[in-house]
Amino acid sequence: MAACDAINDSETKKGPVPEGWLKRAIQRNGAGYMFLAPWLIGFFCLTLGPALISLYLSFTNFDLLTAPEFVGAQNYVRMATADPKFTAAIKVTLLYVALSVPLKLAFALAIAMVLNRGMRGLPVYRAIFYLPSLLGTSVAIAVLWRQLFASDGLVNAMLAMVGIEGPSWISNPNYSLYTLVVLSVWQFGSPMIIFLAGLRQIPTDMYEAASLDGASPTRQFLRITLPLLSPVIFFNFVIQTIEAFKAFTPAFVISGGSGGPINSTLFYTLYLYQEAFSYFRMGYASALAWVLVIIIAIFTAFSFLTTKYWVHYDD
Amino acid sequence: MATTIQLNKVEKRYGAHDVIRGIDLKIEPGAFTVFVGPSGCGKSTLLRMIAGLETITDGDLMIDGARMNDVAAAKRGIAMVFQSYALYPHMSVYKNLAFGLETAGYKRPEIDRRVRDAASTLQITDYLHRKPKALSGGQRQRVAIGRSIVRDPKIFLFDEPLSNLDAELRVQMRVEITKLHERLGNTMIYVTHDQVEAMTMADQIVVLRGGQVMQAGSPLKLYNEPENQFVAGFIGSPKMNFVPVSVADATGFNLDGQRIEAGRSLHSTAGTALTLGIRPEHIVVGDGEGQSLGDAQVELVEHLGGSTVLHVRPRFGAEPLTVVLPGQQPCRNGDRVSLRIDPARCHFFTPEGRAIRG
Repeated sequence: MAACDAINDSETKKGPVPEGWLKRAIQRNGAGYMFLAPWLIGFFCLTLGPALISLYLSFTNFDLLTAPEFVGAQNYVRMATADPKFTAAIKVTLLYVALSVPLKLAFALAIAMVLNRGMRGLPVYRAIFYLPSLLGTSVAIAVLWRQLFASDGLVNAMLAMVGIEGPSWISNPNYSLYTLVVLSVWQFGSPMIIFLAGLRQIPTDMYEAASLDGASPTRQFLRITLPLLSPVIFFNFVIQTIEAFKAFTPAFVISGGSGGPINSTLFYTLYLYQEAFSYFRMGYASALAWVLVIIIAIFTAFSFLTTKYWVHYDD
Repeated sequence: MATTIQLNKVEKRYGAHDVIRGIDLKIEPGAFTVFVGPSGCGKSTLLRMIAGLETITDGDLMIDGARMNDVAAAKRGIAMVFQSYALYPHMSVYKNLAFGLETAGYKRPEIDRRVRDAASTLQITDYLHRKPKALSGGQRQRVAIGRSIVRDPKIFLFDEPLSNLDAELRVQMRVEITKLHERLGNTMIYVTHDQVEAMTMADQIVVLRGGQVMQAGSPLKLYNEPENQFVAGFIGSPKMNFVPVSVADATGFNLDGQRIEAGRSLHSTAGTALTLGIRPEHIVVGDGEGQSLGDAQVELVEHLGGSTVLHVRPRFGAEPLTVVLPGQQPCRNGDRVSLRIDPARCHFFTPEGRAIRG
């Protein structure tokens, strides 16, 4: 009886941490920690660690060759006051986001609505339409795009067949960014699949009730489909916008890494890359990276704040 | 202003699969008609064909004498209440009620008047600002009905509207829909698989099976004079008992080697196999008038308070019989009871299931 009391006391009383607690914890939950380990190592070594180091580097003049030297907020001040390329990159990126995201979402929704009409061979079409999204961010597709839109490319060859002399889409600063926008819209598969899943969740009897009320297809789309799909639209919108802010490969390949012509395809990430690996201004590039993080965070937070006005959750 | 609906040899096929097979039916102006039948009998499909939500493969749908096969759903003057309510979850109750009126181009004051009138009728005025998710099942059902009322349609269609409600609420809503029909006087068609709903609400019941009308008529007509064994078994709760018998002579039948007087002509030659149908409430336990069916052993007693249901196993036949006795009876499992029937309340069916009229 006394022995039992002693054991109970030691388990229930809160006192100093018993000796060897770490050893006991590992013995108790060792298997769990083993399973967690790959992710934890990856997160601390490849994500959180480099992120914190880049935050520190953003306040230095690190150039990869010499030891970093603390320079305070100098990098950020330069960005705000004395870097026209930074301003150009921001403008190009914002324009790209503003054009590519709505167009891609609209295109993805349109295709999803067509595929949602219960056609035969739907899985085949779904796979075909999704294919560009699998290939789209690859260097190969960007190279292909470059060939398509070159002055002697396929697009201009087809335009020539109907008597139109096409411009050099890639080397003309008036068109180069739009070529990248078209490439982005072409990669509509991922949001389309999500839209399709969302459309399938809308009960058909709501459309039937609306059709009995005399609602036209347009009215049904505006008053039923869009509101009921709004959580999915919001999800796609946030994801695609973040992706657009981070776009790099197409601009790098098509402009040959220069962001040209005349900075017309100088995406923010491309400029960051140039600063880091062309000019070895790693401190400044780190500051650029953190500004991009802040821009994306502000945008995402603002998007979430607007949800109460236009996103309709059923629960 | 009530409307006549007529179906002339209406058919529906999905590829080679016949769902509705040549239905002829007339629904009188202002009638409350119930389509009833087991799952897959085509009752909802038929309703949706009338609504215009399904195309009609063959035959004619006439509303007030005009052919409606190719008329858009919105132009048929029909409102429908769906099994799932089909309320728009992102709209308030007010907006749900107003949606059809806005679509039809009504002015705002008229919309407001109609919505508030319907809300008052259905006692949902206090919930007009709420979203459907903030309503109970019964309140949602009222909103769904309100959405159909505001448009002042000629015909109301109900597709199993009470199936998602609990038993108590079903009874309550059943009464409310019946009262609503009395007040509005519109032609209404109501689909259900619940024959109690059909019996309590309908002016006319249409029993469907395999895409065909098995019988159409008033509830008591179907109960008292079923035209076939299917209707006899489907209408009435608990369902009718069926016992295989053979014809003894012009007015009698053999059961378990004993001749029992049928009290009418069976229109069959001696030895012909028939099915005797007798409703549980028409079997009497104990001595008294009528024809004896012999003794039976009580296998199970269900005390319902107002009545007592016995499941008994008679000497004849492998199937137990169900007996409903009025009031509370002192029966226990294992008791032996003697069964009697009134021949006038017996039904006889041919091997093909057709009823034999005396």
